[in-house]
Amino acid sequence: MTKTKVIIYYIILIIISLFFITPFYVTLITSFKPLSEISIANMWNFPKHFSLEGFLGAYKKLAPNMKNSFYLTIPATIISAILGSINGFALSKLRFKYSNLVFALILFGMFIPYQSVLFPLIQFFQKIGLYGTIPALIIIHVIYGIPITTLMFKNYYEEIPDELIEAASIDGANLYNIYTKVLLPISIPGFVVVAIWQFTNIWNEFLFAVTVTNNPAKQPITVALVNLAGSQVVEWNIQMAGALIAALPTLIVYVALGKYFIRGLLAGSVKG
Amino acid sequence: MSVQRRKSKIGFFIILPSLILIGIFVYYFIFWTIRTSFSDWNSFSKLLRGIYNFVGFRNYQRIFLDQRFQTDLWNTLFFTLFFIAGSIGLGLFLANIIDKGLKGSRFFQSLFLFPMAIAFVVTGTVWSWIFAPGNIPKDPQGINLLFKNIGLEKLQWLWYTSSESIGHFNLALIPVIIAAIWQMSGYIMAMYLAGLKAIPNEILEAARVDGANERYIFWKIKMPLLKPITLSTMIVLGHVSLKIFDLIYAMTGSGPNNVTDVPAIYMFELTFRSNRYALGSAISVIMLLMVAVIIIPYLYSSLRKGVSS
Repeated sequence: MTKTKVIIYYIILIIISLFFITPFYVTLITSFKPLSEISIANMWNFPKHFSLEGFLGAYKKLAPNMKNSFYLTIPATIISAILGSINGFALSKLRFKYSNLVFALILFGMFIPYQSVLFPLIQFFQKIGLYGTIPALIIIHVIYGIPITTLMFKNYYEEIPDELIEAASIDGANLYNIYTKVLLPISIPGFVVVAIWQFTNIWNEFLFAVTVTNNPAKQPITVALVNLAGSQVVEWNIQMAGALIAALPTLIVYVALGKYFIRGLLAGSVKG
Repeated sequence: MSVQRRKSKIGFFIILPSLILIGIFVYYFIFWTIRTSFSDWNSFSKLLRGIYNFVGFRNYQRIFLDQRFQTDLWNTLFFTLFFIAGSIGLGLFLANIIDKGLKGSRFFQSLFLFPMAIAFVVTGTVWSWIFAPGNIPKDPQGINLLFKNIGLEKLQWLWYTSSESIGHFNLALIPVIIAAIWQMSGYIMAMYLAGLKAIPNEILEAARVDGANERYIFWKIKMPLLKPITLSTMIVLGHVSLKIFDLIYAMTGSGPNNVTDVPAIYMFELTFRSNRYALGSAISVIMLLMVAVIIIPYLYSSLRKGVSS
């Protein structure tokens, strides 16, 4: 590559970076401004006086919902990862007649617009008395997470040679032992990828959250953030601080475990 | 052989609970939604009485004759077209630059990917402020203010509050499309990067030795090899865009005169704000059909490939 070419590439990268940073920049500077400084005319300027007013306000309003999101996301992530691992094991190492068809039937659930199951789902939870609760949302995310976690673990286990399983079974290990003693210990990276994927998706989810929890005290943070926007007299500093707070856990995961995050992204798209 | 068969049976029994759950929560519930879409449950009291009156395609007829739903379909069409074209265009472009291995490209790669970690509602909230027009030209806000500050007042515009359209394309969708591209193009870049890394270097070297220039290598060698990835990205983006909800709900809602309305928003309002369950269900069935048209052939072909390999 010639030097001019390299410079041109950098210029292009920097210009596109501006596009990617802009929302982040606006959010950050606005959330540190006191309300008195939030006038239209200086929305792009740095805050003259740094203030935590926005964060305190947002924290007061969103803290309970943040807690809800953790209550919801952590168990749902763990359960759906375990379920996916067991299913992935069955579909990759214990193939049975029609296992491909079964897999396709399960996988379809990943792509459906959730609108097409929403109304019966709500009726179902009303009937069993869980409507409006966080356990209902946990159940939802575990069930609708089955396709993607199964897919990811199936792909992961297919990379593991069958001989390993066969050797263990010749040594007299039963299936339970094969799964817990042979497969699970080498599944840790798979679990990390699946857990990050599920954590991010469940944390960020909105449609189920807004339709299944109608009580503001039970709502996850995504719903509370949108309500914050709807109910306030443009307290933009609070709203932008709220957006940052809502995004923080997944951003931390992304920064700390970026490699696994990307692997999850790639595993999440069915390969053609 | 018998051990293998016993193992297989166990495989099926292990998967059975999940299969039953999916059977109920996906297939049976879809059936239930279809059933609702053929009913007259267009008020809460009718639903409460629980009497099922089959009304045929009446709800579908009403929905398709509904001006707002017609707008929704046009919006979905144009949103999908520009969103896919923009995300693939930008994602592929970025992947190619990052693939050159410049110093610091890791940093840029992470930067372009970070929107993927963020919720659509967060993205929508933030972009809705950036694209808020303010009182132009006197008291511009957001990006309009930026234009004023750098002397580009001519570019000031009403953004998502605009009621202009070209043909059936509502220009108010442009800011929404930009926000969606911002969110998803890094993902597309990651997919293409993985694809580019998988191309054996010998092929490219051989072409270079034969005197092929970079443009030829890109269009005649890399692009054909990346075809399966392009197909995957189109499927992923296509099904995201056909059911897009959070981003638009948080950013603009349906907009003035439904300029930024989509089926998912209309369905949500009908079902959960006006208790018109049957009409809402009809929209969700239509959404399901739109997604199924692209997903079923894709699943079929990729699983068949999986069998043969």
